[in-house]
Amino acid sequence: MGKRVGIEVSIAAAEAVKQANVDVVSAYPITPQTHIVEHLSELVANGEMDAEFFCVESEHSALSVCVGSEATGARSFTCTSSQGLALMSEITYIASALRLPIVMIISNRTLSAPLSIWNDHSDVMSIRDCGWVQFFTENGQEVYDHVFIAYRLGEDREVLLPVIVNMDGFILSHVIEPIEMIEQGKVDQFLPPYQPLHRLHPDRPVTMGAFALPSIFAEAKKAQEVVIQSSISKIIEVWKTFGVLTGRYYNPIETYRSEDADTLLVTMGCFGETASVAVDQMREEGRSVGLVKIRLWRPFPFEEFKKATLHAKQLIVIDRAISIGGPGGPVASEVKSALYGVDGHPVVYNFVAGISGRDVTPTDFIKMIDKAEIEIEGGNKEGYEIYGVRE
Amino acid sequence: MTKPESEWTWKELPVGNVILEPGNASQYRTGDWKTLKPVLNRELCVHCGLCYIFCPDMAYNLNAEGYFIADLFYCKGCGICAKECPTQAITMVVEEEEET
Repeated sequence: MGKRVGIEVSIAAAEAVKQANVDVVSAYPITPQTHIVEHLSELVANGEMDAEFFCVESEHSALSVCVGSEATGARSFTCTSSQGLALMSEITYIASALRLPIVMIISNRTLSAPLSIWNDHSDVMSIRDCGWVQFFTENGQEVYDHVFIAYRLGEDREVLLPVIVNMDGFILSHVIEPIEMIEQGKVDQFLPPYQPLHRLHPDRPVTMGAFALPSIFAEAKKAQEVVIQSSISKIIEVWKTFGVLTGRYYNPIETYRSEDADTLLVTMGCFGETASVAVDQMREEGRSVGLVKIRLWRPFPFEEFKKATLHAKQLIVIDRAISIGGPGGPVASEVKSALYGVDGHPVVYNFVAGISGRDVTPTDFIKMIDKAEIEIEGGNKEGYEIYGVRE
Repeated sequence: MTKPESEWTWKELPVGNVILEPGNASQYRTGDWKTLKPVLNRELCVHCGLCYIFCPDMAYNLNAEGYFIADLFYCKGCGICAKECPTQAITMVVEEEEET
């Protein structure tokens, strides 16, 4: 068993990047991701980490450098938040289409305006369809673990995709948590050196990023779509291998006291831990409530989601981002797609809560469940509201 | 390329659409973009080679008789050669369909 230490989650994430033997770090500091990039900069400067650290002038360049370095076969890492992610969004689509297994941590933060540094998921939702595998984490241990999992998965010859590890800004990034560090020997066993399939090398010239005519573009996108959809079995396999090694097992959809529950809360990210406290409280009061947590956001685990939820009467989906002018939050939208066409599927009630880092306490979850149950009973089967807004 | 890209299926594409064969852009027919093609009047040609120098697609090659001739597989019909020719030996004429 690894050493359990009290450590800030951002620092633990940076330590994981070091332990993963990353060759290139290219990142631009932005709140609340800053501590990760600062710590990596120190590790490289102090000679504790054998990597190139690129001080770039923007996030667009940060990810562009990673595309270049990864293309040469160097294991590359970047991290960002909010506006920084928006600025690198153009390159996110390129990294995935070129099948470069870069790993990026997003310390999730609200997109401006109004200008806000606090947490929600609007940043990553802006690049939802960029073709990266996307994980959401609930606590510091999951962030630390998923750095290794992301590289092992992304670099697999059957996958070769970049991976995003989402962690809620401040709520996770800036807190000190007990985290079990993995011994270097075990990390090396789990994560062998990267063996690229194709790479930029003068001995064997190749072209990456070539232009495609309409006559072949659709085929290129179909290939990309098939590989990410089919990566789900590999993701499950990698989690299993990791579980055997560390005793910590992960699933695309995590459940908590959900098996016999009539009402299920559906959350993504660090909401999960707070919601589980609410579920415990309501269970004590005899309420039939459980929790379903989405860990794998892309590829969306439709089958696993249905398996975890179809027995329930109602799903109360808590989103941490708004799809302005759309059907509600992006998670609820996906949930409804998953259930469409299934006879007798649960009713979906959607709250957008905690945007721009507003606290969502166990009491808030209970209030949302109470409100949704009353609304649904009153016949409102398509409910959607922003929770806690002052009228 | 073993066959035109319009015949490739998604399963046949290399991972990341990497081009593994260096310089295969030479197999790309840009000649079918043109509506006008350059025609050389050999009596006026002074073999100066300005058409060869100015051609943005390097479509011009020197033949055995010492004339610079545009390879219509690549020539896009831009007309720069005709514009630059100091003796007006090159004229742009409408390309007939059977010639493409």
